[in-house]
Amino acid sequence: MIVGGSGVLGVLDLQGGVQEHLEHLRRVGVAARPVKSAAGLEGLAGLIIPGGESTCLSRLLRLFGLDEAIKRAYAAGLKLWGTCAGAILLASENVGETPFFGLIDIAVDRNAFGSQLDSFNREMLVSAVAKEPIPLTFIRAPKIVRAGESVQVLLQLDDYIAAAENERILVTVFHPELTPNLAFHRYFARKCGVLPVNGDGAALDPNWTPQSWMRFSHHV
Amino acid sequence: MAENRYLLNAQLAQMLKGGVIMDVVNVQHAQIAQEAGAVAVMALERVPADIRKQGGVARMSDPGLVKAIKEAVTIPVMAKARIGHFVEAQILQALKIDYIDESEVLTPADEDCHIDKSKFEIPFVCGARNLGEALRRIAEGAAMIRTKGEAGTGDVVEAVRHMRTMNREIRQLASMPTEEIMSFAKSNGIPYELGLEVKKLGRLPVVNFAAGGIATPADAALMMQLGCDGVFVGSGIFKSADPVRRASAIVKATAFYNDPARLLEVSMDLGDPMAGQSVASLSGEDRLAGRGW
Repeated sequence: MIVGGSGVLGVLDLQGGVQEHLEHLRRVGVAARPVKSAAGLEGLAGLIIPGGESTCLSRLLRLFGLDEAIKRAYAAGLKLWGTCAGAILLASENVGETPFFGLIDIAVDRNAFGSQLDSFNREMLVSAVAKEPIPLTFIRAPKIVRAGESVQVLLQLDDYIAAAENERILVTVFHPELTPNLAFHRYFARKCGVLPVNGDGAALDPNWTPQSWMRFSHHV
Repeated sequence: MAENRYLLNAQLAQMLKGGVIMDVVNVQHAQIAQEAGAVAVMALERVPADIRKQGGVARMSDPGLVKAIKEAVTIPVMAKARIGHFVEAQILQALKIDYIDESEVLTPADEDCHIDKSKFEIPFVCGARNLGEALRRIAEGAAMIRTKGEAGTGDVVEAVRHMRTMNREIRQLASMPTEEIMSFAKSNGIPYELGLEVKKLGRLPVVNFAAGGIATPADAALMMQLGCDGVFVGSGIFKSADPVRRASAIVKATAFYNDPARLLEVSMDLGDPMAGQSVASLSGEDRLAGRGW
């Protein structure tokens, strides 16, 4: 499946883990750009909605009509990936709250693990995405507590779903961009019809460090 | 603290980047802050402007208040412990908040030592006026840094000074041959290994927010353009005439800090900012930024 357009992926650049995703896309060899406005969506094959605070992101998305622009681009073929807060925004149901985009048939329970002291790492095999087990980082993560019939579960853990997708949307409650794991970024690029230059590289990038994102930070 | 726990804590700060952390003194403020799009709230009994006015010893807030605020919002909750008061920090960790600010806004409990933050599971943010101070706090286990600024004044001049100082020292370090770093580290109170890391990265190795004296959307955008990763706003919101509008405007200005047309739009018709007090008019003992060692 090849999508038309420039083969460029975008990362929603309003608040949160923007630079981390840009750095991972650079490492897998995909052209990418930060997106701050509706004009920035033009020609994108896919958009990552990063982790951050979902209330903050929802306010900023509404501010200049970016939410409506994303819905229009999605209707026209844009693929979406929500990590953590991004998954909360894409869900059709939020426990105790009004959904935001409501584009994928999942129910999400925010802060289901508790406070920062309950944030954790795990290593799991996600067979659709990588052959070997990959590290997963959960930070004040939500849980996906239900997935509809149109949704494939990619990773089930204990009493919750940690990764899922439908034909055009990927959601993960953990943060591949905070680990050396590039497999999820390659997986999303392929889902968008973009072939990563380093498509056959190892799932884990030994040269990645927790400070690698700083290449994209705007320090002066 | 295990290495992976420290990394998780530094990474929570990464998720706050581009956002605004707001001081709140009750549940209603906390809800206003969340509704406006704050990425976290700092729960405390008195904002710095009132601590300044009322004087006396400023301590950790009543944990009951912090707990009530924690239950009222879904965004991360931070609270302040006094410099060096590791038992206040133990209590806040037991309360399971999300971040502790070891803060010069409260009266220091120790005149020589900061908290050994590496003994805790919970993350800490600490204030710094310069690179040496920032790296000493990181060496002690801080997972996030902020400028000190001069809290409770509504005067951004000190925050600007601290950020410019840090930027200047980082540039100096980055351009130095390695053999000069030990001497620079010695005279600036910089832990050597962290000095080498800063030279390599060209910035602080953790997220760095602006704090102290930010009162307007323009102040927030100024600090962002100077290279901060996000901002804390203390007295600037709830001591202004219209906290709801101002909180929302500062959130927008922080996200669109590089876009003057949007900064113009969000800066209009906000009502009076906090009255404020110029830092230059403060006597030495009234300056909080000097606290910290």
